[in-house]
Amino acid sequence: MTEDEDGEIVKKIMHVMRRAPHGTIYTYEGLEMVLIMSAYDQDISISFIDDGVYALLKDQDTAGLEIKGFAKTFKALDGYDVEKLYVDKVSLEERGLKPEDLIVDVEVLDSAAIGKLMKEQDVVIHQ
Amino acid sequence: MKIGILLKEGPYNHQAADSAYQFAKAALKKGHEVESVFLYNDGVINVSNKAEPPQDDRNLFERWSKLGEQGVEILACIAASKRRGISDDVLVNHSSITGLGTLTDIAIRVDKLVTFGD
Repeated sequence: MTEDEDGEIVKKIMHVMRRAPHGTIYTYEGLEMVLIMSAYDQDISISFIDDGVYALLKDQDTAGLEIKGFAKTFKALDGYDVEKLYVDKVSLEERGLKPEDLIVDVEVLDSAAIGKLMKEQDVVIHQ
Repeated sequence: MKIGILLKEGPYNHQAADSAYQFAKAALKKGHEVESVFLYNDGVINVSNKAEPPQDDRNLFERWSKLGEQGVEILACIAASKRRGISDDVLVNHSSITGLGTLTDIAIRVDKLVTFGD
C-alpha cells in the first residue's frame, strides 16, 4: 500500500485467472472486474495460472460456441493502464505453449516468483 | 480489523456461501468489523427473495438478510445481477444492488478482502 501524489491510497491488487476462458464465466466476469477497477488508480496486476493461461491464446475462435470471445480485451488492457501481466512458466510449459503463442506481451515467471508477488499484494482476488 | 468479503458462488450448489457466512459470523464474534459482503458471479443469487429452501435445511437467503440487519452491507453486483435475473424487486431485506466500483472502494478501505469461491 502506498499513497499517490494527492495522498490517495494506492493498493496492490492482483487478479488471479486460473481457468480456461470458456466453460465457465469466471475469467470473463473476472476481466470485467479488472476493467472497472482499472479506473480507480490502483496498482492492478493479473496472474495467469493453470488453465488460466489459455485465456491469452492467440487465434481463438468462439463462433461455434456462440459465446463472445474476449481474448482481444486482454490485449487492450494497456490502454487501461493494466500492464502487469504475469504468466506461470510451468503452466505454460505443461500445456506445450510458448510466450509467442499468447496474444499479448507478458512476463513469464516461475511459481516461486509469482508466489512472492502474491505475498506483496494488499488484495488477491481469485477469479 | 476491518474486513470485506467477496462471495463468488451461489447458494447450496457450492459450500462457499456457507463458508463466507460462517467466516463473517466468527469474525464479528471476535470483535472484528465486517463492513460488507459483496456478491459476484453466481453469488448474487444469494439475495433472491424468490427461493424457498426446505424447512429442515438452513435458509441461506434469510442468513444474509439477518446479517444485513446487523449492519453488514450485503451488496450484489449490478452487472452480475442483470445476467441472472436479480433486480431490486426480488431482493431479500437489508441487501442492495450496486456496481463494481463499490467493490473497488471496499478493497481500498478494508484491512482484508477475503474471497470465497470455487
